[in-house]
Amino acid sequence: MESINIQEEGLNLKATELRLGLPGRDETEKETIFSFKNNKRAAPKSTEDNESEANSDAKHGDHEAAPAAKAQIVGWPPIRSYRKNNFPPKKAEAEFGIYVKVSMDGAPYLRKIDLKVYNGYADLLRALESMFKLSIGYYSEREGYKGSEYAPTYEDKDGDWMLVGDVPWDMFMSSCKRLRIMKGSEARGLGCGV
Amino acid sequence: MSEAQAQMSEDDADLAAAAGGASIRTAVVTTGGDYSSPYPDQVLENVLENVLIFLTSRRDRNAVSLVCKSWYRAEALTRSEIYIGNCYSVSPRRAAERFRRVRSVVLKGKPRFADFSLMPPDWGAHFAPWVIEMAEAYRGLEKLYLKRMNVTDDDLAVMARSFGNFRELVLVCCEGFGTAGLAVVASKCRQLRVFDLIEAEVSDDDEVDWLSCFPESGTCLESLIFDCVEFPINFDALENLVARSRSLKKLRVNRFVNLEQLHRLMILAPQLTDLGTGSFSPQDHPIDQEPDLVSAFTACRSLVSLSGFRETVPDYLPAVYPVCANITSLNFSYANITADELKPVIRNCHKLQIFWVLDSVRDEGLQAVAATCKDLRELRVFPIDATEDNVGPVSDVGLQAISEGCKKLESILYFCQQMTNAAVISMSNNCPDLVVFRLCIIGRYRPDHSTGEPMDEGFGAIVKNCKKLTRLAVSGLLTDKAFSYIGQYGKLVRTLSFAFAGDSDLGLKYVLEGCSKLEKLEIRDCPFGDSALRSGLHHYHNMRFLWMSTCRVTRQGCREIAQQIPRVIVEVFRWNQILEEGEKSDLVDTLYLYRSLEGPRADAPKFVNIL
Repeated sequence: MESINIQEEGLNLKATELRLGLPGRDETEKETIFSFKNNKRAAPKSTEDNESEANSDAKHGDHEAAPAAKAQIVGWPPIRSYRKNNFPPKKAEAEFGIYVKVSMDGAPYLRKIDLKVYNGYADLLRALESMFKLSIGYYSEREGYKGSEYAPTYEDKDGDWMLVGDVPWDMFMSSCKRLRIMKGSEARGLGCGV
Repeated sequence: MSEAQAQMSEDDADLAAAAGGASIRTAVVTTGGDYSSPYPDQVLENVLENVLIFLTSRRDRNAVSLVCKSWYRAEALTRSEIYIGNCYSVSPRRAAERFRRVRSVVLKGKPRFADFSLMPPDWGAHFAPWVIEMAEAYRGLEKLYLKRMNVTDDDLAVMARSFGNFRELVLVCCEGFGTAGLAVVASKCRQLRVFDLIEAEVSDDDEVDWLSCFPESGTCLESLIFDCVEFPINFDALENLVARSRSLKKLRVNRFVNLEQLHRLMILAPQLTDLGTGSFSPQDHPIDQEPDLVSAFTACRSLVSLSGFRETVPDYLPAVYPVCANITSLNFSYANITADELKPVIRNCHKLQIFWVLDSVRDEGLQAVAATCKDLRELRVFPIDATEDNVGPVSDVGLQAISEGCKKLESILYFCQQMTNAAVISMSNNCPDLVVFRLCIIGRYRPDHSTGEPMDEGFGAIVKNCKKLTRLAVSGLLTDKAFSYIGQYGKLVRTLSFAFAGDSDLGLKYVLEGCSKLEKLEIRDCPFGDSALRSGLHHYHNMRFLWMSTCRVTRQGCREIAQQIPRVIVEVFRWNQILEEGEKSDLVDTLYLYRSLEGPRADAPKFVNIL
C-alpha cells in the first residue's frame, strides 16, 4: 500500500493528464523539440502572411525557423505556386496589390512594382530613383520634372501616356496601367507645358 | 549478322516505314552461299516488328527490349512514343539514336518540389537541346508533352517550323515562354489538334495577340486549354476561332472571359465535351439582359467535364444543373463556395468520378458529396487558407464521410488542419482500390487530435490494407514506426513524399530497405542523415530520383554515394540559405540524386555542385 502511494507521488501526473483542450499547447512543445531541425533557416522575423507569400518576390528569400505554429515555411503546405499566386476568390484586386510594369528607356528589362506599397508620389519617385539608379527630381505642376533628364510617365485606362503627378494619387493608382521612365528630349518635351 | 548487314537492314526498314507500310525485308544474299534465303533471325525480326507495332505500354516494351539484341532492335524501330521521366537521365542524341521513328515525346524536367519554391528558378531543365536534336531526328513528330520544363519562345519557333505534321502540344507546369511563342505555334502548325497550357507560366511581355494567329480558313483544333493564362485575351479573336473550329471538343478559357462572353462561346460550340468556364462572373457593368445560360448548358448534351469558376458568383451556379447528371469530372477548386451553394449542384452529379474542390465547402459539403457520388474515383480538397491553424473547415469528419460513401475511391489529395487515425484507418478499410493516398495535415507535427497519438497507425493501415497503393504522401506527427510500416507493407509503392516526419535515420532505412519498387522519393525537413542515405546504395540506380532538402545529410555523405555508384548523378545545392553564426556548413541544404546514362550535365548553374 505504502509503496503504491510513493509511486503515485513519483508519477508525473501532468504528463499523463488527458485534456480536452485544443492541441495548440502540445504542439508548441513539440515545435520546440523539433525546431532545431529548422534552425539552419534562421530568418529575419517576418510577419508575412499568405498574401505576401503569393508575391513572386518570395522566391528570393523568405523562410524561417518555426518556433511559432503560425510561421510561414517556404513551400509549405505543398500547394503549387500557381495556385497560391493566382487564387483571388472574387474581385479581389482591392485586397491584393496593384502591380504595374515599369520600363525605362535604354534599360534591357522591365521591373514590376506594387503601387499599394507607396504612400504617394514622393514615395514612388524615390523608389523609382533607387530602383533604376537615376535622379528624377521634384514635380512641379507647371514645369513637370524640369531639371532632370528623366520624366516618369504612365499609360492610363484610355491608353494615353500621361505625366506622373498631375492627378491625385488615388486616381493615379486606379488608372495607371504601366509606367515608363522617359529619357532625353522626349522627356523635356513633356516638361515644357505644351 | 555482321554489323554492315545489320545497318543495311535497318536502313531498308526506315525506307519502308517512310513509304507508309510495314517493313518488308528483301532476302539477304550471303556472299559465299548458293542460296539466297533470309536469315532466320531476319524473318523473326520482321514478324516481331509487325507484332510490336501493337504494343503500346512502355514498361512492356522495356521488357521486350531486354530479351536479346534482335528484339532490342525491333523494339527500338517500332516504338513510336518515348517517355523520358527525367530530361537529364539521357541525352537527346542518345535517345534519337536508339529510337528512330518516334511520333510522340513525353519529356519531364524538374522534380515536383520545384513547384513549391524549393528549387532556384534557373536550375535547368531546358527544352532547347531537345528541340534542336528532334528537329533533325524526328521530322515526323506529331505530339509533344512537356512537364516542368523551361521552354523559350525560340524553342517553340524551332518546333513549329521543324515538324510539318505536328498535332498536339501539351505544356504542363512549364515556363520561359510568352505570347510570341504561342503565336508562332498557332500560325505555323496548321495540323494542330491539341493546344493545351496547363498550370504553365506564360509571360505577356510581348503582348502578341496569339489567338488571332490561327489559320483563317478553319482549324483542326479539338482541344484548346489556356485557363492558366493570367492576362486578358482578345475575346473577338477567340469567338471567331471557336466559330471556325468545328472539331473543337475541349475548351478551357481563362478568368478574363466573363459570363456573357462564355455564353456566346457556348452557343457556338454545343458539341463541347469539356468546358472551362473562365471567371463565371458577369462583366462589371452589364448592358444587356442576363444571358440565358441554362439554355446554353442544356444544349451541351455531350458535356462530361466542367472546370473554371475562377471568380464564381454563386447566384449563377444553378445554370449548370442541366449538365450535372452527365458530368464525370468537376473542378470547383477555384470556387469559393459554401456547403449550401455546393449541395444543389452536387446532389445531381451521380456519375461524378473526379471532383476537385476547396475546403470552403467544409465537412458538410463533403458529406453531401459522399451521399451522392457513389462512383467517385478521385477527390482533391484544397485549402483556401494555407496558414497553419488549430482548426480548419475540413477534418477527419469529412474524410470519414467520404470513406463511407465513395467506396470506389482510387486517388485522394486532402488538405486539412486536423485528422484522426480512426478516419484514416476507416478509409483504408472502406476503399480497397486506393492507388494514391496523399494526406496533408497543414499543421506540422500535429498528432491525432482526439487521442494525441502520432499518426503512425493511420498511415500504417493505409499501406497494409490498400494493396494497390503506388503513391503515398504523409504528414502530421510521425515516428519511425510509421516508416517501418511503409517499408514492411508498401511493396508496390513507387512514389513517396515525406515532410517534417520521423525520429531518426531508422525511418529512412526502413523505407529504402523495404520498398523494392520505389522510384521517386521526395523528403524535406526530416532528421535523416548519412547513415540512412547509405542504406539505399543498393537501390538508387533503380530509382528515377531522390530529393532531400533540409535534412541531416552532409557533403561528405553525399560524396561517398557519388563515388560508390556509377551512373548516378549527385547534385548538391544551397539556395537562400542564411547560415547561423558559427555553424559549420557541412550539412547539405538540398540533395538531388538521379540516375543517368550521361555524365554530369553541362548546363548546371553555379550554385549547383555535382559531386
